[in-house]
Amino acid sequence: MPRYARNLVVALLLLAVLYALDYFVFDPGRRMISPYVARIIMLAGINITLAVSLNLINGFTGQFSIGHAGFMAVGAYSSAYFSINQGARLAAGLGDGLLGWAAALLLATPLGALVAGAAGFLVGVPSLRLKGDYLAIVTLGFGQIIVVFLNNIEAIGGARGYSGIPIVKSFFWIALVAVLTIVVVHNLVHSAIGRALVSIREDELASEAMGVNTTRYKVMAFVISSALAGAGGVLLAHFDGYLNPKSFEFIKSFEILIMIILGGLGSIVGSVLGAVVLTVLPEALREFAQYRMVIYSVLLIVLMITRPNGLLGGLDPFKGWRARDRAKTRTEAEEITAEDTRDNDSVDKATLGERAGDTSLGEGDTRR
Amino acid sequence: MKRTFIALGLTASMLAAAACQTTGPGAAGDKVRIGVFMSLTGSTAQFGISSTNGIKMAADEINAAGGVNGKQIELLVQDDRSDAQEAATIVTKFVTQDGVHGIIGEVASSRTIAAAPIAQNAKVPLLTPSSTNPEVTKKGDYIFRSCFIDPVQGAAMSQFAAKSLGKKRAALMVDRKNDYSTGLEKVINEVFPRLGGQVVITQSYQEGDTDFNGQLTSIKGADPDVIFIPGYYGDVALIAKQARDKGLNVPLVGGDGWDSAQLYTIGGASVVGSYFTNHYSPFDTDPKVQKFVQGYQQRYGQIPDALAATAYDAALIMFDAVKRANSLDGKAGKYVIQERVVVEGAAMPTGTGSGGANANASPVANTNAAGNANAGAGTNANANTAPANANASPVKP
Repeated sequence: MPRYARNLVVALLLLAVLYALDYFVFDPGRRMISPYVARIIMLAGINITLAVSLNLINGFTGQFSIGHAGFMAVGAYSSAYFSINQGARLAAGLGDGLLGWAAALLLATPLGALVAGAAGFLVGVPSLRLKGDYLAIVTLGFGQIIVVFLNNIEAIGGARGYSGIPIVKSFFWIALVAVLTIVVVHNLVHSAIGRALVSIREDELASEAMGVNTTRYKVMAFVISSALAGAGGVLLAHFDGYLNPKSFEFIKSFEILIMIILGGLGSIVGSVLGAVVLTVLPEALREFAQYRMVIYSVLLIVLMITRPNGLLGGLDPFKGWRARDRAKTRTEAEEITAEDTRDNDSVDKATLGERAGDTSLGEGDTRR
Repeated sequence: MKRTFIALGLTASMLAAAACQTTGPGAAGDKVRIGVFMSLTGSTAQFGISSTNGIKMAADEINAAGGVNGKQIELLVQDDRSDAQEAATIVTKFVTQDGVHGIIGEVASSRTIAAAPIAQNAKVPLLTPSSTNPEVTKKGDYIFRSCFIDPVQGAAMSQFAAKSLGKKRAALMVDRKNDYSTGLEKVINEVFPRLGGQVVITQSYQEGDTDFNGQLTSIKGADPDVIFIPGYYGDVALIAKQARDKGLNVPLVGGDGWDSAQLYTIGGASVVGSYFTNHYSPFDTDPKVQKFVQGYQQRYGQIPDALAATAYDAALIMFDAVKRANSLDGKAGKYVIQERVVVEGAAMPTGTGSGGANANASPVANTNAAGNANAGAGTNANANTAPANANASPVKP
């Protein structure tokens, strides 16, 4: 079977599984699982989208963005505005049922992602031309500005919050966006672009010397990351049907940052794990009442002491599988063109930090 | 490698703990289960703690007296970390895992709004003791409040300044980040001019600011004879200090967000001679209020603030609804709250004839120095201008 056909089958199977889960397990009418548990699972799904997308820029590209909540807010508010003003009409036109809302969300999600991506472009272009920690400052500022804007625009509720957003609590949709995010980030990271991103993380100067257009790749990664964060925001907006600027303050950005640091920077599985742990943990600790946040913090500290690189930092559970996959790709590629392999090799070397010049910077591992 | 196992083991055990927690709805038929969600940590922790104290005190009093129809009250108190999303999660837990019969919750309107649709869907009555935004009770007919709403308070503030103090030129200091503050700003801007006054200047700040000199200089230039500061105590105290330093000696008028011992600790002498509207005054000589104040002081060692008082009353209203409905069915409880059952709110007894929730709506302005110059009479009259808005009956969407 050709590769694309296999991928298509896998994708269709996945869709079917997600839909079946949504239909048989998450339908509140069936009483399979408690709505409380379902809610936490869905929140974890939203957090997975946010964490994995932030990992693309912070973990793989090595740039320090701390304004993820801002892009989330842009996606959330723009899609909410759309859903209230257009989506509701559209859904009603299609019978207000599942189909109508699927269509409305199908438009709202890319819209939110697009607007957030555009915001990412505006923020990224000037700040990513520079090297160093400027992105951190600019994104922090951006996050603050967005909150101030949201507080003052009366048309989207201002400080009172934006309510009346149609609630579409769909496991299927949340899981789909989360899976799509993982697939996009995974494929990107394991493509030539991804090699360029990782080389930027390891040594920006060297990668520029190798002919990588660092600004272009950094902006590309940043825009994709912001757009995916926007998609996460869309999910959140339609989850409770209520948005408040207070939910998007910098503390939210830090929560997502903790998820990826806890999970391990530069590990997609780690981000997923981090997002799940940090969503479930505060709920699991509920019975400890007022000591909850103390225990939560202590657990985080213990985890960071025992695993300073995060749960899965430097650990790749799919290593064997991936090595096999890569070997296969290589033989396939060899059959097709010799050029492809040459490319692969040169980037591989950069990735693995096998360059002799590595010592020139002294500190060694530049991962944050 | 050993460390890896420790860490992974830790994670696994945490997740397992979460999974095991999913017990079914508590089928304790011999107890009245009331869910309480409040901000016990986070930015508005002080408000949540005071409210929870009031509710606990009410529950203990009722339990000591034999409970509600022979059933003891069991409070399930949960902290939402001052976060709207978490408030919604807790209420989901209340109605699906814990099987509560009623919910009391949240000080901040934003968090009550986020949680309200869930209680509404599950048909469990939700009563908020202090969310003053009108939006809250529009979320459904199972959502109630037992305090006044912003328009009432804003009108009372305006009327007090215009009539009782006889002021004509007002300045406004608004916290742009706070829906409570912007809500009151809107009302003052509507009402104060109607009473013959004029809002000569509006300046804004953000919660947590420490330097207000720029705004106060502009305000001084506009020469007002009163300054409205609808904000929270921490900022207000600092604004008052800096205003006095600048020689702005006009009275400051605020709302229930001022009510905290911190106001006097930080503000000191600079807040003397200013006024704020409130749900109740601890200096009210009514025996019921005094009994509440003394009981609270004995228990917690401090004078109860308005949030403790409104929460205490909300809890009594909720327990009374369960008693009168003589049923743990959410529907029955809802109708009883809706009928505006007369509850003799101990903290706010002024209007016991006209419905418990309604009664609580009279804002009292008292000078903050020692409370002996009570300006209650002036504002009580004003509260009557819009009492219909203030009751707990929800506005149908």
